Amino acid sequence: MQRFKTLMLLAARSAWNRRFTLVLVMLSVSLSTALLVGIERVRSQVRLGFTGAVSGTDLVVGARGGPVQLILYAVFHMGGASNNIGWDTAVMLASRPEVAWTVPLSMGDSHRGYPVVGTSAEFFSRFRYRGGRELAFRSGKAFGDVFEAVLGSEVASRLGYSEGEEIVVAHGGGPHARLHDDKPFTVTGILAPTGSPVDRSLYISLESMEAIHIDWQGGAPIRGLNVTAAQARHFDLTPKTVTAVLVGLKNRRSVFGVQRDLQEYRGEAVTAVMPGVALDQLWGLLGGWEKALVAVSLLVTFTGLAGLCSTVLAGLGERRRELAVLRSAGAGPLDVTALLSLEGLMLTLAGIVSGTAALTLATAAMAPWLLDRFGLAFEAGFPTPREWLVMGGILVLGILTSLIPAVRAYFLSLSDGLTPAG
Amino acid sequence: MVVDFAAAPAASCGARPPCTGPDVPDPGPAAGGGALPGGGVSGGARDCVPPGPAELPDGPGAVGEGAGRREPEAAAVEITGLGYSWPGGGKVFEGLELRLSRGERLFVSGPSGCGKSTLLSLVAGIMLPDAGEIRVGGRSLAGMSGAARDRLRGDDIGYVFQQFNLVPYLTAIENVLLPCGFSRARRTRSLRQGGTPALAGRTLLERLGIPPGLHGRVAARLSVGQQQRVAAARALIGTPPLLIADEPTSALDEETGLAFVRLLMRECERAGSSLMFVSHDGSLASEFGRRLELGAPAPPAGG
Repeated sequence: MQRFKTLMLLAARSAWNRRFTLVLVMLSVSLSTALLVGIERVRSQVRLGFTGAVSGTDLVVGARGGPVQLILYAVFHMGGASNNIGWDTAVMLASRPEVAWTVPLSMGDSHRGYPVVGTSAEFFSRFRYRGGRELAFRSGKAFGDVFEAVLGSEVASRLGYSEGEEIVVAHGGGPHARLHDDKPFTVTGILAPTGSPVDRSLYISLESMEAIHIDWQGGAPIRGLNVTAAQARHFDLTPKTVTAVLVGLKNRRSVFGVQRDLQEYRGEAVTAVMPGVALDQLWGLLGGWEKALVAVSLLVTFTGLAGLCSTVLAGLGERRRELAVLRSAGAGPLDVTALLSLEGLMLTLAGIVSGTAALTLATAAMAPWLLDRFGLAFEAGFPTPREWLVMGGILVLGILTSLIPAVRAYFLSLSDGLTPAG
Repeated sequence: MVVDFAAAPAASCGARPPCTGPDVPDPGPAAGGGALPGGGVSGGARDCVPPGPAELPDGPGAVGEGAGRREPEAAAVEITGLGYSWPGGGKVFEGLELRLSRGERLFVSGPSGCGKSTLLSLVAGIMLPDAGEIRVGGRSLAGMSGAARDRLRGDDIGYVFQQFNLVPYLTAIENVLLPCGFSRARRTRSLRQGGTPALAGRTLLERLGIPPGLHGRVAARLSVGQQQRVAAARALIGTPPLLIADEPTSALDEETGLAFVRLLMRECERAGSSLMFVSHDGSLASEFGRRLELGAPAPPAGG
């Protein structure tokens, strides 16, 4: 005990004596930790953002096809639907006794690269992301009338739109899409950032979607037919088809039954997908970058720890005298080894604590910007189990690394005895 | 390599002036020196007590009889038939005999490279001899593990270097207390010295002329003379039976050096520690009861 106290005193004083060098070493460990824990946070947030792109929805129903494809276009608005489903199917879904609510989605149009989604106003109250979070308006309100639009936060911030802005929707996607410029929309509301695909979408009502396509057929305006926006309001704007329907059930346990019923639905060939399962599958396909990130961050950590190792090793030459003095005062070579290991342990611990603290402060300070700019929603909080694991891993690696100079010191002090270097 | 007597000039290899003083307490080992192949590349070492100061006390237990050994009490250091060669092959010692009684003070001198520091390292158990036996406080180093030798050194040997004796970032008193942190025996004995280790340390420092105002000063900011006195206090805390001083005055001027030697000897006496004092400065020898002079190193065996 006395021995340990002595070693602690020596380690602390010695470190303080060389504090300027050691602070640099600590900073390199600190940076490695911040990077590694930071990457873990980004990874888990991206995963959460991805797999939580839609939640609280029990089934996503679309035309018959692969579940991953359905999720890609219904949730991420990527790619196109091979087929739509009839409005009567959507009505049938809403009327099923197990069903609590439905939100139809109609896609295909875009605005400056961002998908335009036709939906019901119920979307804003029913849609959930990331384990049950609700949509909120940063400003304005939901669309009410036809030719009104609600913007996702990224759309608004990237394009510099605010409430009252007039925008024009393009038919389909791509740079040469033809514009529905005869029927401009007015922005009535902008959503708060979510870190989900909602941020990158524009929302209009199903009726608006119908209205801008009254005088279109097969992807082009019907020649000679020109219905003005004012005239369009007088048409029957009930949609004939929708792309997909989000379904919420009264009781989640009925999900398999409903799913099976829908697969056998005779009115139309439809596919019903449980989004959570499909999102996990999809993440599995895309998850390779995770490994790349982990590999890169491991390399960075090794670099940081190599810095620690080499600094302590380089300092050893100057400390041979000091170690010999300790030996003459009764310290054994093992004490010398323990002293250097203690130093490495303290350095690594200090690096881990400061790195994690710096990262937490930085993400807390930059959280709004990160969410707005990158759709990364960081929550300040206690480290997650995986983050503890990362920190523990760095600690273990740090201790192992500091054993290298410690063992070298052991042999140095064995051979030096009390008279180092001549 | 040769033993010399105080008055004799540092002899070269092979020269072996006669021992004029009274014989050493144990004639056996001394005779062993003579039994060596004479002349040759390396001589044995013999030590002599100079005529001046008479016999040194042989320890308090002179009447008690140790089983199997002639000494009534184990000598502080006892070297028999010591042989050591450099890793390259040059012989440093061959058949060296030396016995240092409890409380005895020995001055070891010789030209540089004659193996003075090697002898100290051998006695301190840092190096192991090629032949012969070294006993410290009656315990043979040869039979010990490295850890046991470390423990013995921590418990029973105080060590003072030439210079840079102190851990630079510790204060004077922290340096002094260092051996008590590593050795339970030193700690326990320091309690007898001064009630608590810290008190014992402070008392020692003051007796060695380090005023209380300097006890809390970081070692690196003390003068060389002060540093050497702090080092002496550290070597003396916990009253180790043996104190080894390796050229402790070489960084000091003559006057300070002499004062230091006297202080050191006074405190050794008080602590009852034997002293092995190595120096190339023969002028200090008169302060000591005995002198051992080592000769120049032998040429490598091959050449």
